[in-house]
Amino acid sequence: MTDLSSLPQQEKKPEERTSMMTKFKNRFGLHTARDVVEFIVHAIFFLCGFVAVACVLFISIYLIISGIPAIGKIGVVEFLFGDTWQPSQELYGILPFILTSLAGTAGAILIGVPIGVLTAMFLAKVANNKVAAVIRSAVSLLAGIPSVVYGLVGMMVLVPAIRELFNLPSGASLLAAIVVLAIMILPSIINVAETSLRAVPKEYEEASLALGATHIETIFRVSLPAARSGVATAIVLGIGRAIGEAMAIIMVSGNVANMPGSLFTPVRFLTTAIASEMNYATVGSVWRDALFSIGLVLFLFIMLINVILNVFIKNKKED
Amino acid sequence: MKKIIATMMALAMAVSLAACGGNGGQQSQAPSTQNPGTQAPSTAEPAAELSGTVLCVGSTSMEDVMKTLAEQFGIDNQGVTVNVEGGGSGAGVEGALNGTADIGLASRALKDEEKSQGLVETELALDGIAVIVNPANGVSDLTVEQIAQIYTGEITNWSELGGSDGEIALIGRESGSGTRDGFESITGTEDLCQYDEELTSTGSVIESVRNNPNAIGYASLSATEGDDTIKTLTVGGVAPSEATVLDGTYEIQRPFMLITKEGAELSAQAQAFFDWITSPAANDLIAGAGAVPVAE
Repeated sequence: MTDLSSLPQQEKKPEERTSMMTKFKNRFGLHTARDVVEFIVHAIFFLCGFVAVACVLFISIYLIISGIPAIGKIGVVEFLFGDTWQPSQELYGILPFILTSLAGTAGAILIGVPIGVLTAMFLAKVANNKVAAVIRSAVSLLAGIPSVVYGLVGMMVLVPAIRELFNLPSGASLLAAIVVLAIMILPSIINVAETSLRAVPKEYEEASLALGATHIETIFRVSLPAARSGVATAIVLGIGRAIGEAMAIIMVSGNVANMPGSLFTPVRFLTTAIASEMNYATVGSVWRDALFSIGLVLFLFIMLINVILNVFIKNKKED
Repeated sequence: MKKIIATMMALAMAVSLAACGGNGGQQSQAPSTQNPGTQAPSTAEPAAELSGTVLCVGSTSMEDVMKTLAEQFGIDNQGVTVNVEGGGSGAGVEGALNGTADIGLASRALKDEEKSQGLVETELALDGIAVIVNPANGVSDLTVEQIAQIYTGEITNWSELGGSDGEIALIGRESGSGTRDGFESITGTEDLCQYDEELTSTGSVIESVRNNPNAIGYASLSATEGDDTIKTLTVGGVAPSEATVLDGTYEIQRPFMLITKEGAELSAQAQAFFDWITSPAANDLIAGAGAVPVAE
C-alpha cells in the first residue's frame, strides 16, 4: 500500500525539479532520450575534432612566439641570407640550410617522381593482377619502414658505396641524402598517382585505342594527361614528405653547415640543423631562439606546400 | 564548415610532418649511467635531512658527468634537486664569481686573473679524447700538431703522413658537443676544422671510422677502449689510457674543474653535493659518464 501511494508522488517530484532541465532540453530540441544521446555524441565528436585544431593552433602560436625574437635580434636579411652558421661566433645565417633543403627536395623529386609515376602507370594500366599485388604490397611495406632504418641502411650501405664509386674521402653527402629521400617519397607518389590513373574514365582510353593508338601511346597521351591533377598532388605530397624528413638524412648527409656546392658536399638540412643542436643550445640564448626560428621557416615552407596541395585538390574536384 | 575542417586537417598533417625534425628534450634528464649494475655506493647518511636546490652552471663538456652525478645525488637525497646548466666554461667562472651558481663548471684550469678575484678550482676529473682511424690505416702515431694540421685542412692525404695514398675524411661531432669543444680547444682548431661529417653521437663517429679506410675521428676515451674494430692512435708516442691521462703524458686531455669562490660559504646541500662528487664514492659514476676520476 505504501508503495502505491508513494509512486505518483515520486513521479511528480522529479518533474517539478527538472522543469529547468526540461526547458533546456526543449530549447535544444531534445525531447527524447535518443535526442539526448545524439546531443552527447555530437559533443564528443566536436571535442575530438577540437583536439586537432587546438594542437595546430598551439604549435603555430608557440612557433611564432618563440621564432620571431631571434629573427628580430639577428636581422631578417642576416638570418635568411647569411651564408655562415657558427653559433660560437654568433653567426646565424641559415641560407646554407634553406638551399640544402630545397636542393635535397628537388633532387629527390627529380629521381622519385619519374620512378613513382611510371610504377603507378605500370600498376594501374599494364601489370596483371598478380604482379600488381606483389608490387603493391612491397610499396606499402616501403611506406611502413621507420625513417631511422632508412638512415641506418643508408649509412652502412649507401654512404660507403658513394665513397667507393666516386672515389671521395667520405660518402656522406647531398647525393646520399637525395637518394634516401627519393626512396622515402616513392610510396606516397605511387599510391596517389595510381589512384588517380585508375579514376580516368574508360571511355577516354577506349576512344584512343579505337582511333588506332597503341596501348602505351594511350597511357602516355590520354591516361596520364587526364590524371594530371592527381599526379601533381602526388608530387606535392612527395615534396612535403621530403622537406620535413630529418632522422634518415641526418645519418647520411654529413651534417656540416656547408653551402650545397656540389652533389658531394656534406650538407645540413633545415630539419637536421634543429635536431642536431637543440640539445646543446642554452635556454634563453640567441642560439636556441635561432633554432626555433629555423623551425618557423620550415613551418612556413610546409604551410606553403599545403596551400599548393589544396589548390590542386580543389582543381581536381572541379575537373 | 567542411572546408574549414579540411584546412585544419591539412594543417595538422603539415605539423606532423614538420614534427619529425624536432628534438623535444631541451633540459633533458641526466643520462642514466651506462652500467646501472655498478652504481656508486649511495651518499653517506646525511647528518640532517637536506633539502633545496643546487645550481651548477658552466662547461657543456661536463654536462654528461654532472648530470649523472646530479641524478644519483637526487635519488640518495630526496629533498635535493641538482640542476646542471650549460653555457660554457666562461659562464661557469662568471656564475661562481657573482654567486648566480652554487658551483661553476670549467673544463680548463683557471687563469691567474680569475684566481686573483678569489676563485678556487677543485679538480673533479680528467677528460681524455682518443683519436681514432680505420684498422686498415698504416698510420699509428701522430703529434698534436699533425692532428691540428689534418683537421684544418693543411694535410689532406694520408701519404703525407707515411700512410697509403688516400684523401683524409675528417669525422667530428656537431657544434655544441663537449667532445668537439674539448678536441678543438686542446688542438687549437676552434672553428677552423674542415669536417666532412659532423655526427651526433660518439657511436656514429666510431661507426663511420670503422666503415671508412680513410677516416679520422675523435671520441671520448672510455668509448674507444677495448674496441678492436677501430685503431686508436698514439699521440706523440703515448697511447691513451686512464693511466697516461692521469700522469699527464697523454696530451689530448683537459681537466674538469669545479669553481667556487673563496670565503663564500656553500649552502648545506651544495656542500654535501660538492663533498660527495669529489670523494672516491663518485668515481664509478664519473668513469661511467666517460671521464677519468681523480679522487683517491
